[in-house]
Amino acid sequence: MMQMTGADLIVKLLERQGTSTIAGVPGGAALPMYDALSKSETIHHVLCRHEQGAGFIAQGMARVSGRPEVCLASSGPGATNLVTAIADAKLDSIPIIALTGQVPLSMIGTDAFQEVDTYGMTIPITKHNFLVRSAKELLEVIPAAFRIAMSDRPGPVLVDVPKDVQNQMVSFEAYPDVVVPDAAPKFDIAAVEEAAKMIEAAERPVLYLGGGVIHSGAAAMAVTLAEQASLPTTMTLMALGAMPMDHPLAIGMLGMHGARYTNYVLEEADLLICVGARFDDRAIGKTAEFCPNAKIIHIDIDRSELHKVKDAHVAIAGDVGQVLAELLPRVKPQLRKRWLSHVESLKGRFPLAMPGIEDPRSPYGLIHAVANCLDDNAIITSDVGQHQMWVAQAYPFRRARQWLNSGGLGTMGFGFPAAIGAALAAPERTVVCFSGDGSLKMNIQEMATAAQENVNVKIILMNNQSLGLVHQQQNLFYGKRIMASRYERPTDFLKIAEGFGMRAVDLDPSPNPRATLAEALHTPGPCLIHATIDPNEFVYPMVPPGAANSEMIG
Amino acid sequence: MSEQNAKPLSEFIPDVPETTGFNKVVLELGVANHPGVMSHICNLFARRAFNVEGILCMPVGSGETSRIWLLVFEDQRLEKMIRQVEKLEDVRYVERHAGDHPVFGRLDEFFQ
Repeated sequence: MMQMTGADLIVKLLERQGTSTIAGVPGGAALPMYDALSKSETIHHVLCRHEQGAGFIAQGMARVSGRPEVCLASSGPGATNLVTAIADAKLDSIPIIALTGQVPLSMIGTDAFQEVDTYGMTIPITKHNFLVRSAKELLEVIPAAFRIAMSDRPGPVLVDVPKDVQNQMVSFEAYPDVVVPDAAPKFDIAAVEEAAKMIEAAERPVLYLGGGVIHSGAAAMAVTLAEQASLPTTMTLMALGAMPMDHPLAIGMLGMHGARYTNYVLEEADLLICVGARFDDRAIGKTAEFCPNAKIIHIDIDRSELHKVKDAHVAIAGDVGQVLAELLPRVKPQLRKRWLSHVESLKGRFPLAMPGIEDPRSPYGLIHAVANCLDDNAIITSDVGQHQMWVAQAYPFRRARQWLNSGGLGTMGFGFPAAIGAALAAPERTVVCFSGDGSLKMNIQEMATAAQENVNVKIILMNNQSLGLVHQQQNLFYGKRIMASRYERPTDFLKIAEGFGMRAVDLDPSPNPRATLAEALHTPGPCLIHATIDPNEFVYPMVPPGAANSEMIG
Repeated sequence: MSEQNAKPLSEFIPDVPETTGFNKVVLELGVANHPGVMSHICNLFARRAFNVEGILCMPVGSGETSRIWLLVFEDQRLEKMIRQVEKLEDVRYVERHAGDHPVFGRLDEFFQ
C-alpha cells in the first residue's frame, strides 16, 4: 500500500510517463505541486518568465519529440496566460499537457482570490480537459491525459487541480500502467483499393501533404508514394520538410503565399490526394474554386475532417502511416512523362521569385545565408508574419520535424519560446528562430529563460520596425492607409538581449554580414542576431483574402 | 410543438442560419456522467450557431453514464455536427432518430 499527497502522486505519474522537463511558473494554488517537484530527481523544471512562454516551450519540446510534454501554471492569471499556447496546440494538433493549480474545492464558485473557471474556459481549446475533484482520481486522470493527448489526432489536454486535492492524502495498491497511444481506427481496405485505382487512372494527380504526415511519422512513405506513382507533391505550411524541398517531385507550399506554379498545378489537377491535411482556408483560398477539376482522395485520422470543407470521392479515416502502408503495394509504379513535363514547364514559367537572394541584407538573401551555414540537423522555428512566409517559401527544409511554426492559430510570440523548447528536447542541435520585431516583443521576456538554461538558440531578427504583414495588407487592400502597423520609436533589441544576459550581434554595421552570421550561428549558446530589413519589402505572391488561389497578385 | 412546424423557423429564432431546414431530428447521446459533460456538448452546438430545440438528460443504470436526448432541426451541417460530437472524449455513442421519436412528444404537457 502506498500513501502520498495528490501533488506527490502527480509528479510520480509524470515521471513514470517519461516526463523529464517541465516548463512553468509557480503561484499560490500550484505550490503543493512545486513542493512535490522539489523532491523529484528526474524532472528538470524550467522557470519561465510568463506562462505563455511555458506553454510554447512545452509545445516546442512536443513538436520535436512527438510525445506529450508538460507545462505548469497556477490558478487565475496563471491559467489565463496559458490559454493562447493551449489554443495554438489545439489548432496544430500538438500533444501537450497543461497542469494548472486551482483554488480549493470549497472555494470554487465564490470568486476566490485568483479564481477563474479554467475548466469552462478551456473546453473549446483543448482536446479534452479535467477538473480533478479528489486525489484518487489522479490515478486515472493523469494517465488518461497522456493517452488522450497522443492518441489519434494529437492535441492539448488540461488538468486543473484544486490546491486541497494536491494536499489530500491518497492510498493505493499500485501505480497505474504507463500509457501508450490507443490503436488507430480500423479503416476500410476496399476504400484503399478504390484509391489505388483512382491514382492509376488519373492523368494529372497531385499529392497534397499536411501536418498529419509529420505527426504520424509517415513522411518517408509519402515520398515513396509520390515517387512510385509520379505525383507532383505540394505541402502545407505544417508539412514543410515531409518531402525535401529540392526533391524533383516537390512543388512547394500551396496557398496564400505559395508559388504561382504551385497553385496553377493544383488548378489543373484531375486528382487530389490529400494526406493528413484539412483544406485550411489559407491553403485552399476560395473553397469552390480550389482544384475545380479534381476528384479527391482524403486520408485523415480525424473522421470529422473528412467531407468537412470539400467532399471527398474516397475518404479514409485512419492513421496516414497505416493507410499509406496499405496503399503503397496497391499502387502500380508509373512514369507520367507528359504531366511531369507540364508541371516542369509551369515551374519554369511561373517560379517563385526570390529577389535579393544574393544579398544577405534582404529577406530572402538572409534566409539563404542562414541555410548555407547550417545542415539538415538544425531546427528552424518561426514567429508569425512576413518573415514566417519568406522562410516557408525559401528555406530548404529536408526532413520532418525540422520546421516548427504556428500554423493554425498564427500566434505572434510562438517562435522564440518554441525554439527554447526545441533546444531543451534536442540539446545536440542548433535551433534557429526567425522572428520579426513585432513577434519577438510578444514573448521577449523568455530571453531571460534562454540565458538561464543556456540553450543553443539563435534568433534571427528581421527588424522592419513594423507589423509587416499588416503593413503589407494596408498597402495592398486598404488604400495605403497605414494604421497602427508602424512602430514610431525604434527599439534597441541589442541592449534588451544583453540586458537579459544573451549575446547579441548586429549584422547592420558588419562589413561582412555572412561571416558575422556564421560566427554567431556556430558559437554555442543563446544569441540574438539582428538585421534591419526594408519595411516596403512585401511577401509575394499573395492571394487576396477571400479570393481563389488562381487570383494571386505579385 | 407540432404547431411550430407549420410556421417558418425564422419567426422563432431571429438568427437561424439559412442552412437550417424544417424537419426535426432527435439525437440520442450516451455520455460519461460528470459535471462538465453538458457544457462540452452545448459549447459545440452554440459555437456553430446550431440551434438545439430541446434537451433532456438523466443518468442511466448505476450513474456512471448519462443519456442525453437532443431535439434539433435537420440541417445540411447535421452530419458534420454529429461527427464533431462523436469526437468528444466523454461521448460514447450518438444515434440519430426520426423527429417524431416519442421522448419529446410526451413532454408537451409540461410546456403548455
